[in-house]
Amino acid sequence: MGTLLGIDYPTWWFLVVGGLFSGYAILDGFDFGAGAWHLFFRKELSRRIALNAVGPVWDGNEVWLVIGGGALFAGFPLMYATFFSSLYIPFMLFLMFIIFRAIAIEFRGKEPMRWWKNLWDVGYSVSSIMLAFLLGVVLGNVLQGIQIGENYLYQGDGFFEFLNPYALMTGLTTLSLFMVHGAIYLLLKTEGRLFAKLTILLKKGMIFFMICFGITTLYTLLYIPHLSDEFRGNPSLFIVPLMVFLCIANVPRLANKKKFKMAFFFSSLTIALMLVLVAVELYPDLLLSSISPEYTIDIYKAASSTKSMGIMLTIVAIGTPLVLGYTFFVYKTFKGKVQLDETSY
Amino acid sequence: MDTEILARIQFAFTIAFHYIYPPLSIGLGLLMVAFESLYIRTKNKQYHTLAKFWTKIFALTFGIGVVTGIVMEFEFGTNWAVYSRYVGDVFGSALAAEGIFAFALESGFLGILLFGWNRVKPWVHLVSTIGVFFGSMFSAVWIVVANSWQQTPAGYHIVGEGLDARAEITDFWAMVFNPSSVDRLLHVWLGAFLAGSFLVLSVHAYYLIKGRYVEISKKAFKIALVVATFFSLGQLATGHKSADGVAHNQPAKLAALEGHFEASAPADMYLLGWVDKKNQKVSGIKIPGGLSFLLDYDVNTPVTGLNAFPEDEIPSQINAVFQFYHLMVAIGMFLILLTLFASFMWWKGKLFQKKWLLQIFVFAALLPQIANQVGWFAAEMGRQPWVVYGHLRTSEAFSQAVTDNQILFSLILFMFVYTLLFILFVYLLNKKIKHGPYDESETDDRPLTKEITEAITI
Repeated sequence: MGTLLGIDYPTWWFLVVGGLFSGYAILDGFDFGAGAWHLFFRKELSRRIALNAVGPVWDGNEVWLVIGGGALFAGFPLMYATFFSSLYIPFMLFLMFIIFRAIAIEFRGKEPMRWWKNLWDVGYSVSSIMLAFLLGVVLGNVLQGIQIGENYLYQGDGFFEFLNPYALMTGLTTLSLFMVHGAIYLLLKTEGRLFAKLTILLKKGMIFFMICFGITTLYTLLYIPHLSDEFRGNPSLFIVPLMVFLCIANVPRLANKKKFKMAFFFSSLTIALMLVLVAVELYPDLLLSSISPEYTIDIYKAASSTKSMGIMLTIVAIGTPLVLGYTFFVYKTFKGKVQLDETSY
Repeated sequence: MDTEILARIQFAFTIAFHYIYPPLSIGLGLLMVAFESLYIRTKNKQYHTLAKFWTKIFALTFGIGVVTGIVMEFEFGTNWAVYSRYVGDVFGSALAAEGIFAFALESGFLGILLFGWNRVKPWVHLVSTIGVFFGSMFSAVWIVVANSWQQTPAGYHIVGEGLDARAEITDFWAMVFNPSSVDRLLHVWLGAFLAGSFLVLSVHAYYLIKGRYVEISKKAFKIALVVATFFSLGQLATGHKSADGVAHNQPAKLAALEGHFEASAPADMYLLGWVDKKNQKVSGIKIPGGLSFLLDYDVNTPVTGLNAFPEDEIPSQINAVFQFYHLMVAIGMFLILLTLFASFMWWKGKLFQKKWLLQIFVFAALLPQIANQVGWFAAEMGRQPWVVYGHLRTSEAFSQAVTDNQILFSLILFMFVYTLLFILFVYLLNKKIKHGPYDESETDDRPLTKEITEAITI
């Protein structure tokens, strides 16, 4: 097996996929979060500004999903196959809502009637909420383990099994975290009354998140013991959940001090650390089987050949600086408060 | 219905719908680059207006292409799990390259292309337009490479057996430059250029008929006509190269394309026809020995026919493959005649005097689209029963864990959402065309609308 700097290729690729999904969660997280608040804004102009705050970036953010999915396919084909076919219904719903949300964003501004705008406002907000929630639900299923049997085939009931209590909790937690994250993004992008309203909404979002996160943590410790094993074995890892708490506590403090950029940085960091937490709990596994550990898919079983991994790591090493470079350039071009002009939604 | 058929219907439906948009994006991208470069060279404001106008329509096709493309990627995992496991090692590096080199490039610069007209210098904007255009071209590279690998696998070896078997990459460049990838890529690119240029021709022909935006439409029409004529002719060459490749690499597919049954005999070429599979007969108008001549410049050269292969190694829907292929060729020929005739009229100085010619161009926008669609139908159905030619059968490649009810559920949802999406597309396209190339702010010096002023001063 190939190694690079003393770390084997599958582990490198685990980091790559993890990094891409973290990037995706941070980026689409704020625009799903912003969408989730949408119906809280009452005035037409407020809604238009809020929508245009994510206008130039939302489809660029979804690029990270495409790349993350591609990376999973490329590096861990077995995982890709079992993961997506096992969680067929939630992923299909996710795809539908992604499309529906794009339709709502495009349609909304095209006709002046009030009912028309309200209709697509509801569509945009509901699909944003559902997307954030479904991501969390999928994560909950991965953490808890799913019924994978012989030949890594899913054995469970395909329609409703993904909606179990733990997955519901991780779904709500993800939604609430994205809402906090999205509120801060909107604070960065708005002024005046909408801005004032968002400072109040941010506080509500924080409370929502704290409740969800608390319950999910308790649930994990009480009912999903395999997740905490890793920590018992290596207590120094407790620094990760501790950092999550510190980061998220930092968000309202910085927001109160009007340091929104720092607050956004810390809410992004919180999302990243939550995923680090997941990664620490799972590694080297990718998908836990609730039937038997022998069917659990780990990075070594799922990995592509050493040759293939080597090629892909080269591609990533060349490509990543390029992507970061022009992403930075684009965000720099559109920094600052939203200005509506003739190209706006 | 059984799971395999449902999975195939769902994939066919979603990919056919998806493929309406990326060719338009690639083709329009080429014309946007042309308009914007002309603006920077000549400083003629009309080219700027054209570039902006077509960028708006591009934004629409690109947006729908992205969201329907996400579906395609994930469908490999959800519906074709065995296939994903089998090809992941090979296909994966192409997909990874697509994502990081192509897709990220186009999406990154898209923000500047769409929203950056007033925020960056004109040449920075042109660079962004070129970035998006190249990105979409690169996307096609990697997708076509992956598909061509399924048609003509190369640079791999098979490891494992049964459900554990998979193809592993041995030579990246042999995989990329597999025997069919270059020919097919060129064919796909040119098909995309035609889709884009014929849309431009169509919209500006419509304006000319209506007597609106006449000056600017004449300019746009001529530029698009040059592109369309050049690539219609070019498509003949790439199409011929592709067919040559099929003859070498996938003889069973070639035999199905022309409905050639006899195991080894000179083969005819049909202009029109109907395949009777049971009696192994094709009735229609043919050029005797035509296929033999095209492949070897000799009407008597024997061509391997369908009967040379076992029954379970040839496509089952031979007539469908035949019809799709012939429709594509017929459209291609028509486009050549149409563009050559229009170019001739231009040379005579009568291009814009014949209303009927402009009317044909209004509707001709559909033709490259149809040719692109049926060309792919022929290519994919002609590869059956294989999903990876000679190695993995379609009937073994779908997800075992997914039930027919689940697929039926998602298929119905897709039909609903895509219908909505298609209505949205037609509605917005129509609205943008009716609105015309000029912005309010460009036609006169009116201040921006009240709403916008409010937003900035709040």
